[in-house]
Amino acid sequence: MSLTETKPSTALLFSDAEWDFETLSRSYDAIEEIALHDLGLDVYPNQIEVISSEQMLDAYSAHGMPIMYQHWSFGKIFAREDTMYRKGYSALAYEIVINSNPCISFLMEENTMTMQALVTAHAAFGHNHFFKNNYLFRQWTDAEGILDYLDFAKRYIARCEESYGQEAVEGILDSAHALMDQGVFRYKRPPRLSREAVAERLAKRLEYESERFSDIWRTLPRSDSLEAGGSADEEDEDGGPQGLTLPEENILYFLEKTSPVLKPWQREILRIVRNIAQYFYPQKQTKVMNEGCATFVHHYIMNQLFDQGLITEGALLEFLHSHSSVVFQPTYDDQRYSGINPYALGFAMMSDIRRICEDPTPEDRDWFPDLAGSLDWRSALKHAWANFRDESFILQYLSPKVMRDFRFFALHDETEAPAYRVTAIHDEDGYGELRARLAAQYDLGQIEPNIQVMEADLMGDRTLRLAHMAFKGRPLAEQTKAQVLRHIERLWGYKVTLDVIETGGA
Amino acid sequence: MTPHHFIDRRLNPKGKSLANRQRFLRRARAQIKDAVQKSLKDRRVADAGKEQSISIDGKSTREPRFSHASSGGERDYVVPGNTDFVPGDEIRKPRGGQGGGGKQASQSGEGEDEFRFTLSQDELLDIFFEDLELPNLVKTQLNEIRTFLFRRAGLTTAGSPTNLNLLRTMRNSYGRRLALKRPHSDDIAALKERLFALEAIAAPSAEERAEIEALHKELETLETRRKWIPFIDPIDVRYNAFQPTPVATSQAVMFCLMDVSGSMGEREKDLAKRFFMLLHLFLRRRYEKVDIVFIRHTHEAQEVDEETFFYSRQSGGTIVSTALEEMLRIWTERYATQDWNVYVAQASDGYTQSGDAAHCVDLLSSRIMPLCQYYAYIEILDEREMEVFADEETGAELWRAYRHVHRNWPNFATKRIARPQDIFPVFHELFAKDGAERG
Repeated sequence: MSLTETKPSTALLFSDAEWDFETLSRSYDAIEEIALHDLGLDVYPNQIEVISSEQMLDAYSAHGMPIMYQHWSFGKIFAREDTMYRKGYSALAYEIVINSNPCISFLMEENTMTMQALVTAHAAFGHNHFFKNNYLFRQWTDAEGILDYLDFAKRYIARCEESYGQEAVEGILDSAHALMDQGVFRYKRPPRLSREAVAERLAKRLEYESERFSDIWRTLPRSDSLEAGGSADEEDEDGGPQGLTLPEENILYFLEKTSPVLKPWQREILRIVRNIAQYFYPQKQTKVMNEGCATFVHHYIMNQLFDQGLITEGALLEFLHSHSSVVFQPTYDDQRYSGINPYALGFAMMSDIRRICEDPTPEDRDWFPDLAGSLDWRSALKHAWANFRDESFILQYLSPKVMRDFRFFALHDETEAPAYRVTAIHDEDGYGELRARLAAQYDLGQIEPNIQVMEADLMGDRTLRLAHMAFKGRPLAEQTKAQVLRHIERLWGYKVTLDVIETGGA
Repeated sequence: MTPHHFIDRRLNPKGKSLANRQRFLRRARAQIKDAVQKSLKDRRVADAGKEQSISIDGKSTREPRFSHASSGGERDYVVPGNTDFVPGDEIRKPRGGQGGGGKQASQSGEGEDEFRFTLSQDELLDIFFEDLELPNLVKTQLNEIRTFLFRRAGLTTAGSPTNLNLLRTMRNSYGRRLALKRPHSDDIAALKERLFALEAIAAPSAEERAEIEALHKELETLETRRKWIPFIDPIDVRYNAFQPTPVATSQAVMFCLMDVSGSMGEREKDLAKRFFMLLHLFLRRRYEKVDIVFIRHTHEAQEVDEETFFYSRQSGGTIVSTALEEMLRIWTERYATQDWNVYVAQASDGYTQSGDAAHCVDLLSSRIMPLCQYYAYIEILDEREMEVFADEETGAELWRAYRHVHRNWPNFATKRIARPQDIFPVFHELFAKDGAERG
């Protein structure tokens, strides 16, 4: 039954700014119709939660997650955001969406009905489709298990605080947080966090802890003794505790498994932090694509709603106003410039793929022989959303037209040189280089310092040797380096050194 | 169609981040305290209770991560907005590192040393009054004044139904049922099911009849057994026990005496009021059980309410001793000395009718000081006078007389204030945790 039949007199979904749950639900159905049957999106079931601005601030401070363990750093973010918001320095995001199954999105109660529709299309369908289909999220995160896991993490850390004191737990968390960027597997796929596995782990941990208080058990021989370094439950991950190979990129993992000084509960906390870091790792690699996908989807859906006569011209204008400020890209010499806006680049590239499919120029036929004129832009986009991350997506799909529209140019900087040199601009000679350089700019391997564990002298003085693979000679910031090294020393318990190894890069 | 639902979370409890916020405040305690002290110095007293935005040094709340330095090495940037550059052009690097190209903003750890946020009124006052307390607040008649607080004291087998401890009761019941092998209702249901199935057979064979017989018997045993072993037996039942524990409370009364005579100019009155306002906030915040009595005086004294004390105007001559007498009257009337800790704070410009100072000293020495826990006298001067009277020993008649009292009574403190900025330090000095012996 379509909406137009039930409401013959007025086909509009809504006509003023006020919203209520009935309108939300009606709009949702209309949006879903377009998203699933026109665009052919494939989404997790949606759970849309209406929250107040204060709750939005709460959500902000805990990585946007609805459940999170307690730590002062979240309070710090909250204090800052709260002040900024109240003074009007910053507006709150319209939405937060969580990569979970069901996919949870937050709508703020202050939004107008147009904005609620926009956010529904953007988050509940755009992001949701991306989470469910992109290969990084499929392979590296577990949407089914994340909320259960966070719930477990929260309880576990609260219990540790009860047993060992808030200060001790906070100290470990501080150190673990400092290594979050170095706490992910980049090449090896992490195991899934299934609810059962977590429960089993927890049970084992509990069992182990109760043993420590009961001397009589200690006298019994045990086949799978849980010694420091490897727990019996690691088989699923790397074929047993001996499976560590050096160099190791995941420092948190390395410390969790091999630190000579950590107690079992401290290892578990490291594990929690690194699992959360791993969960967010794909999001870091797909900012442009994820936002591009969501923005393209909301843009298409809102325009469709208007074309079908379901929303008013006023609503369309309000949507366009908001949309154009989201995809606004200031130029490099603008006061407001703070890097390339992922919404702008993502949306431009997604729209460009559609244009190439539908209305290609001879240039496009040269650059994208497979896409140009294929007409089926829906499949082309879905293919891109599923199989690429920012770096590879730009390398594959950035067209000369988008480079011209953004008037991109490439700069080269060397330490000694007094000036930046322009190496390529948006012209025939420059397109190739620009595209490669821009793609490299989204390569996390280059953005984030590459630190590896090289050697742990377990037989001798137990020095832990780390190396910074300095890509093209880029040094680490000295101040934070010293601080983070102190954190590593706390977790390792012995001396830690950090060497620099120059790598040329391609 | 994909199932979807909207959930209204707006009514969920607020303040999810409160615990984290408190952790953060605790972590940055030292710096926040500095900042609060600094910011409170020149604030108007009426604002002392309001929320306040402060900025602290981010040292103790830094979250370092490995990050690239902002310069060094070879880098390439792609930036938008080319107007007239062609390949090979050079752009001078801006001085001071950042800018020019599309460098990423500095990562956390750098550039985060100044951290600005807002403290609520409660948090602010908590921090401000942290190290302060009423001196000598241990009195005499502690054993007389008692309130009883009910505290948890384990479990009992008898009690009122409201105190039933369900968890323990059910645990006992479960243990007993297990131990006595109470038949499970599932087992009985299974038997019954089988029985019904057999009985439904129109013409049962001998074998089946025998089974029916056996089932009936078994069912009967089980049912009887279930009756012997009740689900909850009185011996299972446990109640939470509460025991009244005596809690010693100390009662205190604070007398606030203020000179509002003509000799006190607007500025002086304002300073005095600020002092009392602070005192008032402090007492109300830290002590549930402190009575505050406001007495203002000119050539005659009267007890007034808070509102009148702080906000109304009056003027006239000055006889300080009237206030002391009024205080004594209220004291004997309402606050029998044995049970109460008595505190007095007095503010004046130091002028009184000649000869009255002697009378004040007399009253203080003979009647007030022997029974009073702590007496703080604040003299309000103008800035010129403050220089003249830099020496503690010189001063107007009342000051000299009070210095005399101070020498005899260690719990008699005298302080001078000339500027608003003096109020906070003096207040801190008077009520510092070990401040009883100072003066």
